[in-house]
Amino acid sequence: MSKSDDTKHVAGERQEKAPDTSGTGASILLFFVIGFALSLVVGWGIFPKLLYSKKKQPVDFNHAMHLELVDEGCQSCHFFRADGSFSGAPTLAQCIGCHDEMQGDTANEMNFYENYIQKDREVPWLIYAKQPQCVFFSHVAHVKMANMDCVTCHGFIGDSTQLPIYEQNRISLYSRNIWGKNIGGFKENTWDRMKMDDCSECHVREGVRQASVQTAKGGCFVCHK
Amino acid sequence: MSMKIDRRSFLALGVGGAVGTALTPLPWKIQDDLAIWTQMWPWTPDPPGGANTYVNTVSPLCGSGCGVTVRKVGERAVKIEGRKDFPTNEGGLCNLCAAGLQMLYGPTRVPFPMKRIGERGANEWQRISWEEAISMLAEQLGEIRQAGQPETVCCLSGRRYGSMPDLLKRFMTAYGSPNFTVMPSMADGYDMMLKRMHGVEGRVGFDLGKADYILSFGSGLIEGWGNTAYMIRINSLWKENNATIKQIEPRLSNTAAKADQWIPITPGTEVLLALGIAYVIIKESLYNYDFVNNYASGFEALRSFVLSGYSPGNVAKQTGVDQSTIVTLAREFARSRRPLALCGRGQGHVPGALGGYVAVHLLNALVGNINRPGGVWALPRPAMEGWPEPMLDAQAQAGMAKPRLDGAGGPAFPFAEQLANRLPQAITAGRPYPLKALLVYEANPVFSMPGAAAVRQALQQVPFIVSFATHMDETAAIADLILPNHAHLERWDDVAVTAGYNRPLVGLAQAVVAPQQDTMHTGDVFLQVAATLGGSLAASLAWNDYAACLQEGHAAHWADLEENGYWLDRSYAPETWSFAFPTPSGKFDFTASDGDLKALFAPIPAEGDGGSYNLKLIAYDSVRIANGAVGSPPFLIKTVSDKVLEGNTLLVDVNPETAQAAGFREGDAALLKTPLGSASVRVHLSPDLMPGLVAIPRGLGHTAYDDYLAEKGINANDLIGPVEDPASGLDATWGILASLVKA
Repeated sequence: MSKSDDTKHVAGERQEKAPDTSGTGASILLFFVIGFALSLVVGWGIFPKLLYSKKKQPVDFNHAMHLELVDEGCQSCHFFRADGSFSGAPTLAQCIGCHDEMQGDTANEMNFYENYIQKDREVPWLIYAKQPQCVFFSHVAHVKMANMDCVTCHGFIGDSTQLPIYEQNRISLYSRNIWGKNIGGFKENTWDRMKMDDCSECHVREGVRQASVQTAKGGCFVCHK
Repeated sequence: MSMKIDRRSFLALGVGGAVGTALTPLPWKIQDDLAIWTQMWPWTPDPPGGANTYVNTVSPLCGSGCGVTVRKVGERAVKIEGRKDFPTNEGGLCNLCAAGLQMLYGPTRVPFPMKRIGERGANEWQRISWEEAISMLAEQLGEIRQAGQPETVCCLSGRRYGSMPDLLKRFMTAYGSPNFTVMPSMADGYDMMLKRMHGVEGRVGFDLGKADYILSFGSGLIEGWGNTAYMIRINSLWKENNATIKQIEPRLSNTAAKADQWIPITPGTEVLLALGIAYVIIKESLYNYDFVNNYASGFEALRSFVLSGYSPGNVAKQTGVDQSTIVTLAREFARSRRPLALCGRGQGHVPGALGGYVAVHLLNALVGNINRPGGVWALPRPAMEGWPEPMLDAQAQAGMAKPRLDGAGGPAFPFAEQLANRLPQAITAGRPYPLKALLVYEANPVFSMPGAAAVRQALQQVPFIVSFATHMDETAAIADLILPNHAHLERWDDVAVTAGYNRPLVGLAQAVVAPQQDTMHTGDVFLQVAATLGGSLAASLAWNDYAACLQEGHAAHWADLEENGYWLDRSYAPETWSFAFPTPSGKFDFTASDGDLKALFAPIPAEGDGGSYNLKLIAYDSVRIANGAVGSPPFLIKTVSDKVLEGNTLLVDVNPETAQAAGFREGDAALLKTPLGSASVRVHLSPDLMPGLVAIPRGLGHTAYDDYLAEKGINANDLIGPVEDPASGLDATWGILASLVKA
């Protein structure tokens, strides 16, 4: 086969396909952009909505109102037990001090009084800040020893008049508050996220002992016993 | 320009999507969530949150009676820990107790009273109410008593001391049956030895902490002998004090491995070694002159007996222990400040022949280490002192005058109080009378007595078997009626801490959690049955409930029990030598109440014919396998080495030399045969065992319980049968002749 033959052959082929080339390039670009845009919409917009289920707390609680009535701030209800462990969400035994009789006649109070106080049933509070099982967190180390305030991690929940909707991750089954509201993981305030990086950010900055007291082993074992 | 949509467009869509997705949190977030999801498996136990509360109690799970602290969250018990201020275990705990929550919450509980509706052992039951259950039991017992045969009812208890066995014995006495009996153990041997040498009806205690030279004839000192957690603490104390521990047994047990010296011995010849050591002590005049001359009788008879046939040379030939070792042991023992000789093989579940107890104890006597610091003490037995005497009507008196089924206390075995090992043969023979009913409390004879198949067969002949089992064990499985007791953390109870502890100590068990199932305290069951039967029975068991009878029995110490959870007589001191021996001579009796010394010390041969069996099979006790009245919970079975259990297959220990001679390599499948039966096993080469032996653990091969325990390994008691000690009636079994053939 001669060289000119070869060239001709190639040129002929080019000629055959040529009219379609620009159209194909444009459609590729367009489809790329469509795919790109769609995935951004899905990833940033739709995915977060699908990922979390929304749950209402069994009783709507007014933190701001209660805070006015108590003497010792948050620790009036969220206190440390004698053994140093943290009580977390209050139990019925604490509420009953005032609520053994109905306090007002709101629908919310009725719900609390009739369904829980009268039936002596603990309120199954949904815990926004519950960490996964593999995490060992000690409130006393942070509040009593490091003198941190509640707001640093929990934000201004104490000023709220209503409990936020509890959003539960459908895969991990934990609260959205751990990852944070922002699906991209960006935060503005210390209380926006409660992931490991957020803990370690502070631990590194504050020069927290980078070894476990119990095992004398490195960083991981401080929280992952 | 026209658009053309083709395959490449869709590829571009996909690429665009992929690039875009990579710029969203979606892939990274899903990865993170999936990782966290793996922390949330539904089967991962998630302890409830809440305030911790702590309840002190004692554990009646095994005989040790350790003080425990149960941590609770709300109404749920979440952790069992050793009670730090309890006199024996001081915070320590054995692994069975630590796994005790699985016994409480596990699926093997008997959930409600049941009566059998299918064939025996077919596991077909019908739930009945407690009223019906109690009236069924009362009706049966009433009929037998009406017929004038109260002695044909037998009660078998797994526990020896405390309010419950005492209440059962009291019930039987007032009912008119002499057949209250306790599962065999080394306590039988020690008790009988005390009677014959000290003239005392009591129990032994050992001042272990003060001993400085311990000669252990096969006792699994840190493997469940005596009080498990206490013994581990004592062992540490011995190490701190530089005490010397010599362990004599054919297998390198954990105890032997941690001892100062392991002295391998041909199994079944321990009694000869003890006499060989006595020979050297006597011959070299190393004994305590004061004790032997002033406080003991029969020394001359013993001396001439021992010197006539137990020279170290002679003993060495039969035991496989060097002559020089025998002489050294004797000299070291006699010259130590506080030497202590101990026996009771392994955990002491099989008592062994009386001769062994006498031979070992006479070593203690020769060095005068009796009722002294660091020595063997004779203590009074725990008793319910606050109870009045039971009332016996004419029927009861007639019944109590009948001989016991097991022959204990009869002409053949006058020193025995109970010989539960002789029950199966008496039941099978129907002599001296046929057994009509058997009541089983905290015992599992069908699994844990040697010759298990024969025990099962014997029990099949009993027309009416009642089990009070908390868990569905092998004996409950062939019962006619199961009246489940509360589990160990659900009931009030007391545990008299004995097992060699040298001070009177009673621990109080309390109901830490509410009953999880429809169960009833066995004490209350018997009180209600007695009330139903009426007459002197009702009068003898007149308490409103078990709690009242417990409190009245311990009236003298109840304040202590309530406040501290235990009562301890800290100031207890044993009798001095002048008053310690209420024998006819008033002295310690070296001849064990004129027993025929030759017959008493004759080694008991193992069952089997030497022609067809070339090996000896021995069973050992492991602290990792529960082998008493309760089976191993899953946590415990997890600790069993894969050199013992591989899947469900048992690996038997064989010395490499022996294995090689028989052509076995590590892991080879084999058939282990004894005169009682055979089992498929695999071979594990272990230099920890003397040649010519095969060793298997006790406590495996359950057919009852759950998937974690049933069908795992083989039951040593299926392959090893009982051998009666002619001198005492005790089960003298130490092993059996066996063979191992290629499978």
